[in-house]
Amino acid sequence: MRISIRTADSDVEGHMAQRTTPPEWSTGKSPLRHGDVPFRAGTIMLASAVVLLVFAIAWMLYTSSQEARTAFGWDLLFGSAWNPVQTELNPISFGGWPAVRGTLLSACIALIIAAPLAIGIGIYLAELCPISLRTPLSFLVELLAAVPSVIYGVWGVFVFIPFFNTAFATPVSESIGTFLPWFAGPIATGRGLLVTGVILALMILPTIASLTRDVLRLVPNTQREAMLAIGATRWETIWLAVIPYSRAGIIGAIMLGLGRALGETMAATMLVGNTQRISGSLFAPATTAASLVANELTNSVSSLHESALIAVAFALFGITLFLNFGARLLIWYVERNTRGGRS
Amino acid sequence: MSAMILQELKPFYGKRQAVKAVNMELASNQITAIIGPSGCGKSTVLRCLNRMHETIPGATATGTVLLGGQDIYAADVDPTMIRIKVGMVFQQPVALRTRNVYENVAIGLRLQGISQRAELDAAVERALRSAVLWDEVKDVLSKPGTALSGGQQQRLAIARALAIQPDVLLLDEPASALDPIATASIEELLVTLKQRLTIVIVTHSMQQAARISDETAVFMVDVGQNQTIGELVEKGQTTQVFTQPSDPRTESYISGRVG
Amino acid sequence: MRTFNYRRRKLTDQVMRGLSALATGCAIIPLIAIIGYVLTIGAGAMSWSFFSDVYQPPSSAPEPTADKPAPAYDPNDPFADISVAPIDAAGNVDPTVSVYNAAPRGGVLHGILGTLTIAGIGLLFALPIGIFAGIYLSEFRNERYATIVRFCCDVLSGSPSIVAGVTIYVLVVLQAKQFSAVAGSMALAILMIPIVTRTTEEMLKLVPETMREAARGLGAPVWYSTLTVVLPAALPGIVTGVMLAFARGAGETAPLILTVLGSNVISMDIFKPMAALPLLTYRYTESPYPGENTQAWGAAFVLMMLVLLMNILVRVATRKAGGNSR
Repeated sequence: MRISIRTADSDVEGHMAQRTTPPEWSTGKSPLRHGDVPFRAGTIMLASAVVLLVFAIAWMLYTSSQEARTAFGWDLLFGSAWNPVQTELNPISFGGWPAVRGTLLSACIALIIAAPLAIGIGIYLAELCPISLRTPLSFLVELLAAVPSVIYGVWGVFVFIPFFNTAFATPVSESIGTFLPWFAGPIATGRGLLVTGVILALMILPTIASLTRDVLRLVPNTQREAMLAIGATRWETIWLAVIPYSRAGIIGAIMLGLGRALGETMAATMLVGNTQRISGSLFAPATTAASLVANELTNSVSSLHESALIAVAFALFGITLFLNFGARLLIWYVERNTRGGRS
Repeated sequence: MSAMILQELKPFYGKRQAVKAVNMELASNQITAIIGPSGCGKSTVLRCLNRMHETIPGATATGTVLLGGQDIYAADVDPTMIRIKVGMVFQQPVALRTRNVYENVAIGLRLQGISQRAELDAAVERALRSAVLWDEVKDVLSKPGTALSGGQQQRLAIARALAIQPDVLLLDEPASALDPIATASIEELLVTLKQRLTIVIVTHSMQQAARISDETAVFMVDVGQNQTIGELVEKGQTTQVFTQPSDPRTESYISGRVG
Repeated sequence: MRTFNYRRRKLTDQVMRGLSALATGCAIIPLIAIIGYVLTIGAGAMSWSFFSDVYQPPSSAPEPTADKPAPAYDPNDPFADISVAPIDAAGNVDPTVSVYNAAPRGGVLHGILGTLTIAGIGLLFALPIGIFAGIYLSEFRNERYATIVRFCCDVLSGSPSIVAGVTIYVLVVLQAKQFSAVAGSMALAILMIPIVTRTTEEMLKLVPETMREAARGLGAPVWYSTLTVVLPAALPGIVTGVMLAFARGAGETAPLILTVLGSNVISMDIFKPMAALPLLTYRYTESPYPGENTQAWGAAFVLMMLVLLMNILVRVATRKAGGNSR
């Protein structure tokens, strides 16, 4: 390959040597020749804008939350009372536990539902699906990952909550809910952590599924053939060779899904009920960190309130940063180890 | 006595037929070499012999392949059962990456439900000895299979296939990715193995076919107006094929390549 | 032949393959349902006035006509949303007619224009940074700094959209003491930059190395060959990335809540609050008036069409270009 190109180049050069007027930029007089240094500097400068942006976000979140962090410290995340306004009963305090708890619970519910399903979809798309279905199904999954979250919210409020209340929440709270406080009634508006978790699960499904499919397709075909050739069934091939091979990548995909579920704002705001009261029941209204910030930041009553909300956003940024870092590391690890790809 | 009999075997990729109907018999406890230029469908035919061909999306095959009197393409036959009786080794040496040397060999037995340590130990050692790998790896059985050299990984793949005691072993250009010394050790191994099973080897090297095989099948590629299609042009004793080929195409192929 | 565990293995194989197909079915059904609901209910909200009119407060009063125009909407009037049901000559309120079962009125023209403006300006912010960062990542891919840029890009694309909103809220809205469309554009740009960057990088990497070598072999400087040979070759792919970034930005809601605030009228002043479709979708969903709930479906429909259209265009374009889209 290289040799043939060299030959071609020298041919061209030989040809050009015979030209009476060589092109401008080859004579050393053209300003074009001096473009490379500024070009590289220019691209680095604009690329640095990306780096700068990340640091600006981190720095802004850090300094703007300083006031609340010095006043409350870890209570911002683990304190149980969020009272932006002084009342006779409650002093001002900013304890983010209801939001942190709601975020963690709804994201966990989402992950418990979505991860097995999404891995199943990823396996189906990468390994089992008939070839004629592969492209349309993959396209559908990618399309669903692109649906704006507010649309999931609309559907959740008008379609899913009424359905969920009659088909699941009411019967469960009247049966299991009578002795298991997690599922205790009453079902008022139907907004709560469980509904939020289910919708978040739908939202992160396409993300995890398409990433899982991608890492499974990185497994070289030789590994599959080696398993099939000793009489393994399709499933044994997948379970014993393909999945162990891409385990790190699948964990990475789940972590990215978790990151999306933790940080999702609109669907949570529309479905979680937005109350600071902690209830033992997953059917009861609650709040999440992202929806707390979205609801209160523009209406903050004091600089301390604002600072506390920014601290919550800071925590959210920190945890998604951490998850992304871990996930990228795992996916990068898989890619590095499978370079060369399928044969 | 024939280990396998191919009758009107036609492999397809989608709608395209890859090889003209193949009829031949593979003698038991012999090494049959399949040679021919690239694109003649020799690997495709080989992969039809344990139904690995159909694992490629869109690939199908029609016809009859008798293995001990049983048609492996009969409707009620499960391909996984066929692959236990007809093992296969590929061009690229494959060690299952997430498994150590021991498990790379034991996995076929584990699939069949054998989990007793003593039985597995014995079978793994027997397979590794048959593949002439035991002395090299007996101290590194718990190391990852991928830590072995290319030649060792190829013998590991042979050991994996041998562990489940197949009747027939198919090899798809097993030495083309290896250096000459590793190639020599694989060839030597195959010649000793033929006492125990039937071997079919696809090779692009006529010297290799001449060195180790008892019988040789020659495939040619027929470039038609609309499509290229492979064809079995000659099958016979290796010495016969290489010295007195009956088909002019074989003669020109052999004389062109073996100087 | 050992066949004693054959039936169990066969069964496991079939059950697990079935389960994975079932998982796909189970997940695809609600997801298709979402698209289906939005397209069917949303289509019901479509009318001429939906696209040509702006916000009208819910009212049971008859549709305004030429000779009897509706009173102008005053956003400062706290009672503007509560219109009075018709009162007959005797002074009795007709109980069957109330705001509550009034038909949807007005439209979302202000939202459509606002979304196009905000996302469009956001794209203008994101394009130079995204494309040149992508060029840097692809053409100088072996530099150590490229790894840092790539990681920061991943951080941006992975961080919650609300964080982009908070950032611009603090750095722009609070400083200017003014919610504005342009602040929203900046927040959306933060979300668009990683998409544009990564697509540009991927598409430039698909350009065969031989093209670069050919151009440089002729003596062309790096910048000249990049801008005149490599970039044009990758252009169709980059355009698709830009379209996807636009669709993503147009659908974002959370950052807009903190930056553009929203508006009920057509406002083209980008330094003032502006309406946006996702904001209208959100507000109309939370509204107690069924008429406005219908508008929410309508706005969701328009958003969905935008996303569908962009994705399908991208699909068609990448297939035609023969690029391997992901």
